[in-house]
Amino acid sequence: MLDRLARHRLARHLLIAVVAGAGLVALTYALPPFRNYQLATMAAYLCATAGLTVLVGLSGQLSLGHGALMATGAYACALTSAELGDAGVTAPLLLLGPLVAAIVAAAVVGGVVGLAGARLHGPYLAGLTLTLTIVVPAITTTFADQLGGDQGLSVLVEPAPAGLGIAFPLERWQAWIACTAALLTMLLLANLTGSRFGRELRAVRDDEVAARLAGIDVGRTKVVVFVVSAAAAGLGGGILAVLTQSVSPGAFSLAFSLFLLMAVVIGGTGSLAGAVWGALLLVALPELTALLSDNLATSPRLAERLDGNLSLLVFGLVLIVVTIVLPTGLQGLFSSAAGRLRRPSRPSPVDLTHQPTTDTEPTDAQHTSTP
Amino acid sequence: MDRFIFLTVDGLSRGAVFAAFALALVLIWRGARLVNFSQGAMAAATTYIAYSVTTASGSYWLGLASAVAAGLVIGALTERLVMRRVDPSRPLNAVIAALGIVLVIQAVLGILYGSAYRAMDVPFSRRPLSIGGQAVLSPYDLFVFVTVAIVMIALGLMFTRTGVGLKMRAAAFNPDMARLLGVDVGRMLTLSWALAGAVGGLAALLVVPTELGAHPHATDLVFVYAFTAAVVGGLDSPVGAVGGGLCVGLVLSYVSGYSGSDLSAVVILAVLTVVLLVRPAGLLSRPAARQV
Repeated sequence: MLDRLARHRLARHLLIAVVAGAGLVALTYALPPFRNYQLATMAAYLCATAGLTVLVGLSGQLSLGHGALMATGAYACALTSAELGDAGVTAPLLLLGPLVAAIVAAAVVGGVVGLAGARLHGPYLAGLTLTLTIVVPAITTTFADQLGGDQGLSVLVEPAPAGLGIAFPLERWQAWIACTAALLTMLLLANLTGSRFGRELRAVRDDEVAARLAGIDVGRTKVVVFVVSAAAAGLGGGILAVLTQSVSPGAFSLAFSLFLLMAVVIGGTGSLAGAVWGALLLVALPELTALLSDNLATSPRLAERLDGNLSLLVFGLVLIVVTIVLPTGLQGLFSSAAGRLRRPSRPSPVDLTHQPTTDTEPTDAQHTSTP
Repeated sequence: MDRFIFLTVDGLSRGAVFAAFALALVLIWRGARLVNFSQGAMAAATTYIAYSVTTASGSYWLGLASAVAAGLVIGALTERLVMRRVDPSRPLNAVIAALGIVLVIQAVLGILYGSAYRAMDVPFSRRPLSIGGQAVLSPYDLFVFVTVAIVMIALGLMFTRTGVGLKMRAAAFNPDMARLLGVDVGRMLTLSWALAGAVGGLAALLVVPTELGAHPHATDLVFVYAFTAAVVGGLDSPVGAVGGGLCVGLVLSYVSGYSGSDLSAVVILAVLTVVLLVRPAGLLSRPAARQV
């Protein structure tokens, strides 16, 4: 039974998603409101890091613009929710409409960047997406009438449905929304990376000429993966807007885009499981460094300077060290450790080549991230 | 017409700085085949060093010298401590490591100096001199032009007339062959990074005081403009970088002069996107026989 399940990718992923969903619902009942809010933030980040890890790890395209794509999603979400709110639309359409708009808007922007990126290699695409991130504040001030300038926009969000009870905390409802979005994103991306398209992506990444000779439309593949990745980032941005009930350019700085990249690199590029680790770190590290700077700072002025900058410093150092010492990321480390533990029980070398193993990992993407 | 001339001179003056900064990017690209994404942050650090030295000693020129010296040191250290250790088989790793350096430098600057803008003085007046009743060029613009020209001529002479320059070109052109012929390729690479750090630091020091002043993020946009300049001119070509820098400076000056200042960054994004879509290898590039 388990053996057959392992071979049927969609069924396996669905089962994992259902189990994870049930676990998350139970978790939201166990956690206090603030932790639920953090869980929701983590899920929003996960949408973006999962999209980014597929882009960087499987297609070899480096985007420093996923913060900007999240901003696109967040602004689309805010604008749509304002329009729908004016038109008198109520839940659930008031929640779903803006999120769909967030996905579509980010996918469109991602399509334009992806079109340029399809013809570019490494540093050029990175430079283009970096520019995209840096001009976000300029765009919001240029179109201040629509986008609210530095102040940003507020997002109309309705409280949890009355059917859940009066005492149902908003944070738990937010965690449900965000985790649903993250699970759906992970499910879709896991199936995508395991599919024919995922194999085409890896072929393009490893050798474009060979991929072209094998009949793969290299340009189309690169654009499609960028659009998918951008859509995931847009959903993450939309969820973030729903969580904070506001959007402002300050939330999507260059540092934020680099944080997303760091999360992906630390988790292990190309690994969806690694993206979970990355998202967790994105939420946990700032809190840990804030704790540290509270203890380190002797004066209020020093505290003000350490605030934020200390996490920046830790993130930067971690990024450098992981790139040099641990190119496969945390998930690569865990996978190889698990592989070492499991190896004696492997029956025959045949298993290692073509048969899908009975790994209970959510994805088999991490096997491809080794150089 | 007056305004046009003023904007043209202003654009060329800023463009000269972007050209110098782009030249720093080209130096590293030719030596190591990677775009140094930490160039902006490295220049932000040297700007703060110049600020500190000038504040302590009261001399602009001492600050300038220390910024250039610090640029040499930071560039060499970056190459020795980080870039040399990055696995070269995956080109993305070098970019990611450089971004890590950006975060580290900006964090350290933020902790040391805070996030307030530190206004910096310039050694010459920025009021334009009149020639025949027509305001043309400020002494500071002249200073910028002369400084950038000296840097470019010095670099040009070094690469074409000295033994070290020849070794650096050999190491960049064919590392394995150069190594066989006795060139210390690693040292040449370090030298490229050091020179790039110094040139970038000097360029940043020329432009940052004319804007809001020293800030951890003051050079982010300078990097973007210089990157655009280098891409427009072709990352392989020093002459292209200079031309690209001047073009970017002019575009920025006209856009901000005739519309609103906020648009200029958006226009640069558009220019970069169009150039990358139409001529990915730069406007001045010749078709390559083989693209890698």
